Amino acid sequence: MITISDLNKQFGKLRVLNSISVQFHPGISYAIIGPNGSGKTTMIKCVLGMVVPDRGEIKVGDESITQNSIYRKKIGYMPQIGRYPDQMKIGQIFDMIRDLRQDEKNLDEDLIREFKLDKLKDKRMHTLSGGTRQKVSASLAFLFDPPILILDEPTAGLDPISVEILKTKIHSEKNRNKLFLITSHIMSDLDELASHLVYLEEGKILFNDTIDLLKEETGERKLGRAVAAIMQRNLKAETI
Amino acid sequence: MMKIAKYVAYDIIRNRFVLLYTLFLLIVTGSMYSLDSDAGKSTLSLLNIILLVVPLVSVIFTTMHFFNSYEFIELLLSQPVNREKVFISEFLSVALALSFAFIIGVALPTVLLANSAAAVYLIFSGVLLTFVFVSLASLASVLTRDKAKGIGIALLFWIYFTLIYDGLILYVIYSFSDYPLEKVTLLLSSLNPVDLARIVILLKLDISALMGYTGAFYQNFFGSSTGAIYAFLLLLAWIIIPLWIALRKFIRKDI
Repeated sequence: MITISDLNKQFGKLRVLNSISVQFHPGISYAIIGPNGSGKTTMIKCVLGMVVPDRGEIKVGDESITQNSIYRKKIGYMPQIGRYPDQMKIGQIFDMIRDLRQDEKNLDEDLIREFKLDKLKDKRMHTLSGGTRQKVSASLAFLFDPPILILDEPTAGLDPISVEILKTKIHSEKNRNKLFLITSHIMSDLDELASHLVYLEEGKILFNDTIDLLKEETGERKLGRAVAAIMQRNLKAETI
Repeated sequence: MMKIAKYVAYDIIRNRFVLLYTLFLLIVTGSMYSLDSDAGKSTLSLLNIILLVVPLVSVIFTTMHFFNSYEFIELLLSQPVNREKVFISEFLSVALALSFAFIIGVALPTVLLANSAAAVYLIFSGVLLTFVFVSLASLASVLTRDKAKGIGIALLFWIYFTLIYDGLILYVIYSFSDYPLEKVTLLLSSLNPVDLARIVILLKLDISALMGYTGAFYQNFFGSSTGAIYAFLLLLAWIIIPLWIALRKFIRKDI
């Protein structure tokens, strides 16, 4: 479980997160959406301890994440743009991370196998295409069988076959009571993968409930239209 | 921590920069000792080059390395690894790699060709200066996200300590030449790691007479074991304080 309370973050004068409080429960997958620059990635990076919040507290399980790094064992993270040391080979990256987390024996190498990354293990990172990097990121996120998975735009840049492999993987892990946080701009993917929706705009949470409820409220059958409806509603509220 | 350091070191070794630096130092040291039969004079010339080159290479390499391994640091920090460990491993790997290059390039030929007390001091100071400037450059690297700015700040440290600071001291000495300034200059020199290293080595070369009354005063102070310990502790402070500030900054930094 992840508990975020009163989270604030400012970059210079720009207020990216404005007093966010939210709870994420295990066994549920949350879609986090919002316009560009609404604070999705910043919120995720706060949970990962990569961005240090100005105010507020984040708990993963029962432990606070401030001055803590062990809690990251519970989280698998797939970044929006995976950046890796240029000169390292795919195999070396996996070996290094495995070496750093030697005490964890529960490895899940399904994705490495299914993406056929073992055949590419001698390729250097800077020679890889964006899609292959995404495959590396995804495989790393699932590698240690973590109870929480945070996927930042997981399907962007992947070919259709790989997208299906990743989706199947997400579905099978969801059934194992794992917590998923997924951001994406592709609504049809989210419709398929997530059951709850958190809508962020200008650093505030404007909607946080099940996707079914959202569809009911807006009277739309597709998530994309439903989201567009609430975005428009907010726009109108602003002009008034 | 050793594991992280292992991977950083692996990355540094792959980089040819350290190898070129070692070769450069070897050639300079070798040629200095073969040009002049008087080992003392050679050590003096070598000293001047080293005091300029070692800090320069240390600041440039450290900042370049830090910004080039940003991806690596990002990758590590998404894993259950704590920030202190990552930062200290980066620092130690860079400082040790450059010190190693210095030892192969300068210490080895010096000990073989012209072993003397001054030479030992030169080697010791060179290694300490490497650590001092790697520490200062680490601070410059965490102060900004921009690579060009980072290298700029690091170069400023270098220019300040090797060139500007001496000018300031000279200005003070000339402006107040009517007053006894030994203690003041001693204090001022202590505030600059490069001067500190220079004075300690010069005194071992027995040319303090050239420095007049101040030289005699220095000889009296730094010649004693208390003075040597004083210089050593100050250089140590020059390593620890910037590194400590940099570490504080790094822990609070947004990646």
